[in-house]
Amino acid sequence: MSVAKPLPHDAAKLHVTGTARYIDDIPVPADCLHLAFGLSTIAKGRITAMDLDAVRNSPGVVDVLTADDLPAENDVSPSIHDEPLLSDGSVHYLGQPLFLVAATSHRAARVAASKGDVTYDEEEALLTVEAALQANSRFEDGPRIYSKGDAAAAIDGAARMVEGSFDLGGQEHFYLESQAAMAMPQESGDVLVASSTQHPTEIQHKVADGLGVPMHSVRVETRRMGGGFGGKESQGNALAVSCAIVAVKTGRAAKMRYDRDDDMVITGKRHAFKISYRAGFDEEGHLQGVEFLHLVNCGWAQDLSLPVADRAMLHADNAYAIPAIRIESHRLKTNLQSFTAYRGFGGPQGMVGIERVMDHVAHDLGIDPVELRKRNYYDAPDNRVRADNTTPYGQEVIDFELHGMTDKLLDTSNYATRKAEIAEWNAKNDRLKRGIAFSPVKFGISFTLTHLNQAGALVHIYQDGSVHLNHGGTEMGQGLFQKVAQVAASRFGIGMHLVKITATDTAKVPNTSATAASSGADLNGMAVKVACDTLRDRMAAYLSEQHQCDAASVRFEGGNVHVGENVIPFEKAAAQCYQGRISLSATGFYKTPKLKWDRIKGEGRPFFYFSYGAAITEVVTDKLTGEYRILRTDILHDAGATLNPVLDIGQVEGAYVQGAGWLTTEELVWNDKGRLATHAPSTYKIPACSDRPDVFNVDLWDGKNREDTIYRSKAVGEPPFNLGISAWLALSDAVGAYGDAYPAINAPATSEEVWRSIRRVSDGV
Amino acid sequence: MSKVHVTTSINGDSTEYLCDPRETLLDVLRDQLNLTGAKEGCGTGDCGACSVTMDDRLVCSCLVLGVEAEGKEIKTVEGIAEGETLHPLQRKFIEHAALQCGVCTPGILIAAKSLLEKNPDPTETEVRYWLAGNLCRCTGYDKIIRAVMDAAAEMREAA
Ligand code: FES
Ligand code: FES
Repeated sequence: MSVAKPLPHDAAKLHVTGTARYIDDIPVPADCLHLAFGLSTIAKGRITAMDLDAVRNSPGVVDVLTADDLPAENDVSPSIHDEPLLSDGSVHYLGQPLFLVAATSHRAARVAASKGDVTYDEEEALLTVEAALQANSRFEDGPRIYSKGDAAAAIDGAARMVEGSFDLGGQEHFYLESQAAMAMPQESGDVLVASSTQHPTEIQHKVADGLGVPMHSVRVETRRMGGGFGGKESQGNALAVSCAIVAVKTGRAAKMRYDRDDDMVITGKRHAFKISYRAGFDEEGHLQGVEFLHLVNCGWAQDLSLPVADRAMLHADNAYAIPAIRIESHRLKTNLQSFTAYRGFGGPQGMVGIERVMDHVAHDLGIDPVELRKRNYYDAPDNRVRADNTTPYGQEVIDFELHGMTDKLLDTSNYATRKAEIAEWNAKNDRLKRGIAFSPVKFGISFTLTHLNQAGALVHIYQDGSVHLNHGGTEMGQGLFQKVAQVAASRFGIGMHLVKITATDTAKVPNTSATAASSGADLNGMAVKVACDTLRDRMAAYLSEQHQCDAASVRFEGGNVHVGENVIPFEKAAAQCYQGRISLSATGFYKTPKLKWDRIKGEGRPFFYFSYGAAITEVVTDKLTGEYRILRTDILHDAGATLNPVLDIGQVEGAYVQGAGWLTTEELVWNDKGRLATHAPSTYKIPACSDRPDVFNVDLWDGKNREDTIYRSKAVGEPPFNLGISAWLALSDAVGAYGDAYPAINAPATSEEVWRSIRRVSDGV
Repeated sequence: MSKVHVTTSINGDSTEYLCDPRETLLDVLRDQLNLTGAKEGCGTGDCGACSVTMDDRLVCSCLVLGVEAEGKEIKTVEGIAEGETLHPLQRKFIEHAALQCGVCTPGILIAAKSLLEKNPDPTETEVRYWLAGNLCRCTGYDKIIRAVMDAAAEMREAA
């Protein structure tokens, strides 16, 4: 059976030979137009005049469009129609698209786009959450509050209390392939769009609205993305809609790709938070009550901010059973890029909050931070002691794996010995200090917008026995296509060479959800299984009738179909079924069961199950410069019964490094005018090869999903991102070794931030 | 602006093209010669996705002008394999699953190949620092390093 085999990525051979095609690699017709946006140079105000003569006269320019030239709706928002494709006269952030240039080359379009002469009536921009809160500039009418018990009373009545507040920065996706789309005009005003998107159906929807045509006039195809990480869930809309409008208007193909600087300046990023907390606990460290205040920087447009901020609240407990808790979340509207989906979708921000509390409590009590965490864990299903093992939103935790996982990781990483050895080493060294920290992950799996938890598939068997596979999920490098193909091959008992993986296509499977929320394999794997099983049943019914046996006894195994005493090669069986006029094409559909969620009350079962993980990171810091290195990382991650161990481990490694990057070197800086200063890899530092931990041990937990998912596997895209929190906590531990005060480190813990924290701890400044 | 006639060798084949003196080698490769293996990740020499070699020197093709290739030997990812036979680095990248989205892969293969040509027996640290200019957002680099080390070992044995 193909499932559970460590097969490489489906396009690995194409990748290593440079022949895998991304949008910008697709050959275009000679008369293809290339597009670029003219961008605003202020963060807030109104346009008083826009002189585009120089743009129109620039070499190679074929057309220039402003909002007045758009054929239908001027909107690319995935939620509440608050994101004009081209400015309606108002400006909401620095970098907002104002006009669109179509030219004969990419460079000609960009050069022309920089020539716009725009005058503004500038207004004061809101650039911080504090300023937005003060101005009551927000989405939704007030804060969302989820609570359980009386947190304030529990904190006041507790023996001890800590409180604090810290900044938690945003994050640039930095998918290596920047946003791109291409549109080819078809007959009667229809359009075919190729888009680097995690959400082809949303592209189809927005293009249809932008052209003023029904969705059936638009077909969207996505073969692969060069990375997505959430950044291609809604942020590709503007490019696809622009291409479609120009293609239909001019009758020529149109392509748009953002240059890296444009991409970073125009598109959304991970939400930055300011988190304040108060926690009450007893002398043994049992939490009694916790309060969180989340100030969420949503940027200029609502985009996906509400469910992101909700998910942050839903992960404010992480792995801990907290008797009384209150989370207050303000979704603030600022004049910055639209903060959007990013791997973890708010979950990591929520989790960082409670892990910060744990770190602070352990420091306050002087007890081992791992022991403290274990004391507060939810109960394991086979060892229930607590009367109440429910989350703050009332979902019973029935699959808690972390007790066993924690013990195993402590053992394999040699934590206790190393911790003691580090303390000894630190006592002897003044300038360099080492730190070590553990962090657990409990991550909820399912879209919190319940209706999104559905998927479709289309499977054909051709008369030669080869299989054509299609589903609504998209491939962004995570290996989804291969995992799902493994499911199909396993259902038919055939080799992978017989299964053709094909591009996601809105004409084959309609009304799909974004490939997001780690749901890709769970949802699409199940939908494909349903389609394959329908075909198997049809084949079995026909063949068993031909061979006078029971249909239920027909088996698909080892490339053959076993019908009674007969062993028929799958290819022959397909041919026989075709001759027998059996339909060899089927759709499959799946919707996640057991979900029920009220996001206003904050009550119900938003998640089908939880994925777990645990990490231990060791770092070393330098007192004089604040510089540091990650020395060693040990990870144990729960992928259930893995569909493909090598792809899953790859996800875990990449996610950890990306998560650690978020909390350490990746700093977004805007100047006081709202201009993003970190708009290229020269100024925005994602982890490089040299930053990888010196020792990096990653293992999968040997378990099965307790819920009935595809082959009992678990989603793996986002949960391990949170393992990076251990790197931030390890820095806190190292900084704490320079003195007695609690480091109270902000995120990202850049070298500058570490240096400042060391000074606070050692010199009290 | 008038175009310049350039004669060069790409992956061993002598090639001629006309290019605007402002055009980068990356653009020439991708837009004129249909060699789209080299990718543009940044256009400013910071990501390594566009790596090629010019007279065996590792360069970012986004920082080289098309006209500078005159009389030089350019090698790109498309020339690494010999026909259907993959280079050991390519095989090891597949075997170790050292890629996800694959956009960084061509540049990393070119950079790793140029390292091994200079230093067939690099330490892990040498590999890590040599590849520090090739960003990968997906993999976390671990499998990339393992694949390079493994390919180096195999190539030493075969040599
Ligand atoms: S595209 Fe040349 S280094 Fe990034
Ligand atoms: S595999 Fe995606 S950037 Fe390296």
